[in-house]
Amino acid sequence: MAMQFYTNIDQIMRDRSELARKGISRGRSAVAMTYTGGVLFVAENLSSSLHKISEIYDRIGFAAVGRYNEFENLRRAGVRMADLNGLSYDRRDVTGLALANAYAQTLGAIFSDQQKPFEVEICVAEVGITPADDQIYRLAYDGSVNDEPGFMAMGGQAEAIANVLKGAHQADMSLADAVKLAVRALSSVGGDGGAARTIAANQLEAAVLDRARRGRTFRRLTGSVLIDLLNGNGGSAAAPPSSTPKPKPSGNGSDPGGDKAAEGKESAKPPAKGPDKPTSSAGSADLE
Amino acid sequence: MATGFDPSGRLPDVFTNAGTSSFTQFLSQVAPELMPGRRPLPPGTAANLAPHATTIVAIAASDGVVMAGDRRATMGNLIASRDIEKVHPADEYSLVGIAGTAGIGIELMRLFQVELEHYEKIEGVMLSLDGKANRLAAMIRGNLGAAMQGLAVVPLFAGFDLSATDPAKAGRIFSYDVTGGPYEERGYDAIGSGSIFANSALKKRFRAGITVADATRLAVEALYDAADDDTATGGPDLTRRIFPVVMTATAEGTHRLTDDETAAIANAVVSARMENPGG
Repeated sequence: MAMQFYTNIDQIMRDRSELARKGISRGRSAVAMTYTGGVLFVAENLSSSLHKISEIYDRIGFAAVGRYNEFENLRRAGVRMADLNGLSYDRRDVTGLALANAYAQTLGAIFSDQQKPFEVEICVAEVGITPADDQIYRLAYDGSVNDEPGFMAMGGQAEAIANVLKGAHQADMSLADAVKLAVRALSSVGGDGGAARTIAANQLEAAVLDRARRGRTFRRLTGSVLIDLLNGNGGSAAAPPSSTPKPKPSGNGSDPGGDKAAEGKESAKPPAKGPDKPTSSAGSADLE
Repeated sequence: MATGFDPSGRLPDVFTNAGTSSFTQFLSQVAPELMPGRRPLPPGTAANLAPHATTIVAIAASDGVVMAGDRRATMGNLIASRDIEKVHPADEYSLVGIAGTAGIGIELMRLFQVELEHYEKIEGVMLSLDGKANRLAAMIRGNLGAAMQGLAVVPLFAGFDLSATDPAKAGRIFSYDVTGGPYEERGYDAIGSGSIFANSALKKRFRAGITVADATRLAVEALYDAADDDTATGGPDLTRRIFPVVMTATAEGTHRLTDDETAAIANAVVSARMENPGG
């Protein structure tokens, strides 16, 4: 039998935590918050095709920071789990809580069992009928889960960003105000010497879970829609118009899935590329 | 730690393994019992055990497609349901209707909807219309065993092709048989026990280049003709106000005509038939 060196478990776990925390803090940040029309996600993301914010199910959205291949893996697992549950039971039976629990168990197992923990932090949000019913969960690299009512921030300098949000967030904000607050919070850190900076619209990724829609509520805010919201030109409390043609709302289709398809989601088509988007690869450090 | 015992409760590896974007392939690994065609059946025909659903028509118009289905499901000589809905949106730009064993058909439609949505969520882009048609063919082919024992399901698939170069040809129809498909149809097609009569009616009435609005009327006429000659196809039920399900797929997405809209069309068809029963 080969000689095995003894290492304190405590030490191992501390080292892993250290690794994960350092990895996450190096990357760019993301925020999630409720507003009057639903739940908003905004992330700093230089790539226009590699997404940090994604749809999981009808009323559930996913956002992550950290290592792309790791959170992408978890995202896919979450979509699979949600679709499996939706098929086995019903679309209404898929909840953000179940997803958050599954992620917590998976991340916890990865943290304890594998050599290297996942350097990711995940947000799972479910939009409710009213802002009080919205749920936002934060999942850390070690599988710990927190319920974050109202808003949350993750990534490098999450605490500073969260402080900006805490001061100004209100559950009944309009979409335009929420987007402006999110961008203000994200750009309040990260400049030279920790000062504020400007983040351009093409360096942002934003999406909402639109409370008023039936069926699939996830919609990306891209191109001119996002620019208008940032500049305060468009954007009322109602859902923002998209640059692609909106499908006509259909009459009541019965199950299976009549409602879902009738709503039509603009982001179903590949979104029109903005004029100046830089290209990056998955290996690019910019994404993290 | 004993092999096979995983106390962590985490999502099994099959969820996190990189692999296919196809939900049916994932399902066949994680929960094969949920796949319609996978359950082994004892020998013998099961055709009389379940209700059968009949007659779907699809018409390609200049600005999209129309698909309509009657509302009747039969078991032998009895009506099992008078308001079954056999036409559903497969996703935002396509429609699917089923004829054959109702239970398996509904299950296949649900699975197909999840399959298309799943791909879109995983990959971030929608499948092409041909890709969707091919996936449906694979699912039907998987049901061949059950089909040979009497539980056949045959779909009709139609959609608006977003990548079509000629907008007048963006509406496309695909038909299938129990061994799969797809077979792209020109102009129109019908499936089900009343399909012969519906196809004959459409052969005489169809004109290339009609609009979606005209095609909806044509579809209801064809279903009326099918119901006229096939007991397994239901005509418009004026007393209960149960009318065919009529759906369209255009550049703006799928749309199901409201009960009032189909009622108006069906009433117009019936009134015209009062004058001339043959249409």
